[in-house]
Amino acid sequence: MSDSVIAAPDHKIQGRPGTVPILPLIVLCGVLLLPIGTIVFSVFSPSDGTIRHLMDTVLADYVVNSLALMLGVGVLVLMLAILPAWLVTMYRFPASTILEWALLLPLAMPAYIIAYTYTGLLDVSGPVQVFIRETFGLRYGEYWFPVIRSLGGAIAMLAFVLYPYVYLLTRTAFVEQSVGVLEVSRTLGCNARQAFVRVALPLARPAIAAGLALVMMETLSDYGTVQYFGIPVFTTGIFKTWFGLGSSVAAAQLSALLMSAILILLVLERWSRRQVSYQHTSSRYNRLRRTHLTGLKGVGALIYCSLPVVIGFLVPAGQLISWVTQTWQLTIDSAFLELVRNTIGLAATLSVVALLPALLAAYTTRQRQDLLSRSLVRLLGMGYAIPGTVVAVGVLIPLAFLDNTIDSIARARLDFSTGLIFSGTVFALLLAYLVRFLPVSLNTVDAGLARIKPTMDDTARSLGLRPFTVLRKVHMPVIRGSLLTACLLVFVDVMKELPATLVLRPFNFNTLAVRTYELANDERLAEAAGPALMIVIVGIIPVILLSRAITRSRPGDE
Amino acid sequence: MRLIPVTVIILAVVLLVGQTTSAADVVNIYSARNEALIKPLLDRYAERTGVEINLVTGSADALIKRLELEGINSPADLLLTVDVGRLFRAKSAGLLRAVSSDILDQNVPEIYRDSAGYWVALSLRSRVIIYAPDRVDESELSSYQALAQPKWRGRVCIRSSSNIYNQSLIAAMIAHDGREATETWVRGLVNNMARPPAGGDRDQIKAIVAGQCDVAVINHYYLAGMLTSGLAQDRETAEQVRLFWPDQEGRGAHINASGAGVTRAAKNVEAAIALLEFLVSPEAQSWYADTNNEYPVRGDVDNSELQKRWGDFKADQLALEQLGVFNAEAVRLMDRAGWK
Repeated sequence: MSDSVIAAPDHKIQGRPGTVPILPLIVLCGVLLLPIGTIVFSVFSPSDGTIRHLMDTVLADYVVNSLALMLGVGVLVLMLAILPAWLVTMYRFPASTILEWALLLPLAMPAYIIAYTYTGLLDVSGPVQVFIRETFGLRYGEYWFPVIRSLGGAIAMLAFVLYPYVYLLTRTAFVEQSVGVLEVSRTLGCNARQAFVRVALPLARPAIAAGLALVMMETLSDYGTVQYFGIPVFTTGIFKTWFGLGSSVAAAQLSALLMSAILILLVLERWSRRQVSYQHTSSRYNRLRRTHLTGLKGVGALIYCSLPVVIGFLVPAGQLISWVTQTWQLTIDSAFLELVRNTIGLAATLSVVALLPALLAAYTTRQRQDLLSRSLVRLLGMGYAIPGTVVAVGVLIPLAFLDNTIDSIARARLDFSTGLIFSGTVFALLLAYLVRFLPVSLNTVDAGLARIKPTMDDTARSLGLRPFTVLRKVHMPVIRGSLLTACLLVFVDVMKELPATLVLRPFNFNTLAVRTYELANDERLAEAAGPALMIVIVGIIPVILLSRAITRSRPGDE
Repeated sequence: MRLIPVTVIILAVVLLVGQTTSAADVVNIYSARNEALIKPLLDRYAERTGVEINLVTGSADALIKRLELEGINSPADLLLTVDVGRLFRAKSAGLLRAVSSDILDQNVPEIYRDSAGYWVALSLRSRVIIYAPDRVDESELSSYQALAQPKWRGRVCIRSSSNIYNQSLIAAMIAHDGREATETWVRGLVNNMARPPAGGDRDQIKAIVAGQCDVAVINHYYLAGMLTSGLAQDRETAEQVRLFWPDQEGRGAHINASGAGVTRAAKNVEAAIALLEFLVSPEAQSWYADTNNEYPVRGDVDNSELQKRWGDFKADQLALEQLGVFNAEAVRLMDRAGWK
C-alpha cells in the first residue's frame, strides 16, 4: 500500500473538491427528484381558476393552521425530548434505566393510531367524559373539557409520537460526548445546570436540529391525524383540491407552495448550524460517572421522564389492547399473517436498500463540500416532508410514462405488448418509500459522519486510499451505530406508512397500515385495533434494538 | 458493498411477483369499497365460476389517478367506488367505457345507471336525519331544508364538507333548487352547527348520545352497523337515537350509491360485464342488504331484518348522474359558506 502512494502521484492530497465523483450523486438525485419535480412542473400547466377560489376562501386557514401546528409540535417536542435525554444519560433515578429505552417506545405508535385511541378515550362519548357526566350528574356543556379533535389535540398527538426523533439523536449526542469536556467545564466553575446549558447543549445542537427537522417534516406531511381531526392544513387542502375540486393543477400549486416552505425550513436549519462544526479533539472517553438523584429530585425526574412514555405509549397501547380483547376473533385470521409478512418484508427491504444512497449522498457532500452537492442533498431531503399521496402520484407519473413508452416502442417494432413493467409493482412502492424516507437515513448517516474528524479522512487519503475505500474501510466501521440507527428508523417509518402504500400497492397486496386504515375509515375503531396493535408490537423490536445500540455505542463504557 | 447484489435480487424477485396475468378468466378490480365489504362477495363468485379476481383497494380519487396515469396499459378492468360522483369523474376523464348488457338494463332502474352505459349503481344508501328522542319530537322534523331554521341553532351535527356524502347531498340540492337557494340553506345549516364538523358519521351518532347535539345527518347504514355491532357499547349507543326519513312529504330522502364501471383499458371486458351482472343479481343484492344494510338497486329483493323494521321510505328520484355533474360546484359552495 505504501508502494502505491509513491508510485501513484494522483493519490496525493489534492484540494477537497473533485476528490469524489459527483456523477453518482447526480444520477441518484435525478431518479429520486423526478417524482417531486413532476409535481412541481405541473404548476406550469394552464390554471383553471381554482387557486383563485382557494385564496378567496380557505388558503389563509391552511397557512395559519399549518404554521401553528409546526410551532406547537416543535415547542412541545423540545420540552418532551431534551431534558429527559440529558437526565437518563447523566443521572440515575428510580426507573431511569428502564426509561432510557422506554422513552423511544412512542416511535412505534403511528400518529393516526394515537389519534384514534385518544379520540376513543376523550371524545364527548368516550369513557372519560361519560364518567365525569355520570359521577357528577352533569350534562354536556355544563363542564369544561378539552376538545380532543382540535388544533391543540393534533399538536399533542403529533408531539407525543414524534418527540423520540429528537430524543434519539440528542441522547446519541450526549452519550458520545467526551465526559472530559464536561469535567473541564466543571473545573472551570460551571455547576451541573451550567454544564448542561453551556457545554452539552451547544455540542448537541446539530443533533437536536437534525431531529427537529425530521419532526417538522413529519408534521407537515401528516395527513391521517389532521384529516381525522378535521383540521384544515396544507395536506388536507391538497387532497380536497385535488379530489374534491378535481383540480390537479391547483393541488400541484399548493404542493409547490408547501415544498417552498419545506425548502426554506431546510435551508434555515443548515444555516443555523453553518458555522458550528464540532468534532471532539479528544478520543479519551472515561466511564460516565452518573450522579444519583434521590428524594424529591429523583421523583421529579421520574415523573418528568415518564410522562412522555405514559401519554405517548402506555395509554394508547392500553386502549388498543382493550379493544383487541373485544374484537380479536373478528380480525385475527390467516390473512392477518400475510399482512404481517408483507409489512415486515417491505420495511426490511427498504431499510437496507436506503443505506446505499444515504451513504453515497452523505459522503459525497462531506468530501466535496461544494455548493452543487450540498444543494442536491438538500433537495433530496425534501421528500420526507411531502405528503405520501403526492409522492405516490409523483412516482406513478414517470413510471407509467416509461412503461407506456416501452410498450408503444415494443408494439411498433416487435409487434408485442410489454404492458406495464414497473407500475403497479412492489418496485413502484419501494421507489416511493425511498423518496419519502431516504432523508431519515441520510440525516442519520450524515450526523454520524459529522462526528468523524476530517483529519481522519486526510490521514486515510494520504495513505493512498481512494475516497470510497476510505468510506468503506474507515468510516463505515466507525459509524456502524449510525447505520443501524438509520436502518431501524426507516424500518419503523415504512411499517407505519399509509398513503403511498394505499395508492401504489399491487393487486391482492395489503399491509397492516392499510388494513388499520380501512377499518378505521369505516369507523370501526375497535376492529382496527388488531392490525394497529400489531404495527406497534413489530415496531417495538427495532426501537429496543436502537436503544441498546446507543447505550453500547459509548466508547469506554462496557 | 455486498448489499448491491442482494438488493438487485430482491428487486428482481418482487418485480416478477408483482406482475399479474391477463388470461381470459381474470377480472382485475380497483375498488374504493373496502376489502371487508366486497371481497367475500367476490370470493363467492370466484369460487363458483373459476374466474380469478385480483383486487386493489384504496381511495377512489387515488385509484382514478392511477388508472389515468397507467393509461391504455392499465391492468384494471373494473372501477368500483362508493359514490357516483367519482364514477362520473372517471367517465369524464375518459377512463371508463360504455357497455351494454340486457341484464343490467332490465334489472337496474334508469336513474341508477349512467345514461350512456358507462357505470351502474350496485347498492343504495340514504342520507338520513337522526335525533335524540328525549330532546326532539319527531313532529319537529321534516326536510333537510328545515334544519336551517333558527330553532335548530347549535343543535345540529354533521361531518366535514370534504366528505363525499355531504358533497353529494349538496349536489342534489343544487340540481333540484339551484345554486342560490342551496347556498342560503347551507349558510343556515352552518349557523346551526353544534360544533365544527369533526369525525365520521358514527361520531355524529355518538355526539347526539353524549348530548353535544340533538339532530345529525348521516348515511343510514352507519346507524345500522352500530345497531348490529359485535360490541355491546356500540349497540347501546345506537339504540339511544332514532332514524327519521327526511322529506317524505316532498321529493324524498337523498340517495347516494356505490357503483362500478368497466374501464377503457379493460382487457377482460366480457368477464367484467359478467361480474357486474352477478353483482346486481338477487343473490348479490341481498348480500349487500344483509351484510351492510345497504338498499338493493332492484325492487325484487328482500330487505334485511333491520331494514324491514325501519319500513319503506320515499327516495329522491333524481338521476344519480346529477350528483357527479354538480359535485365540484357543491364543494365550492360549501367552501364559500364556511362549512369546514
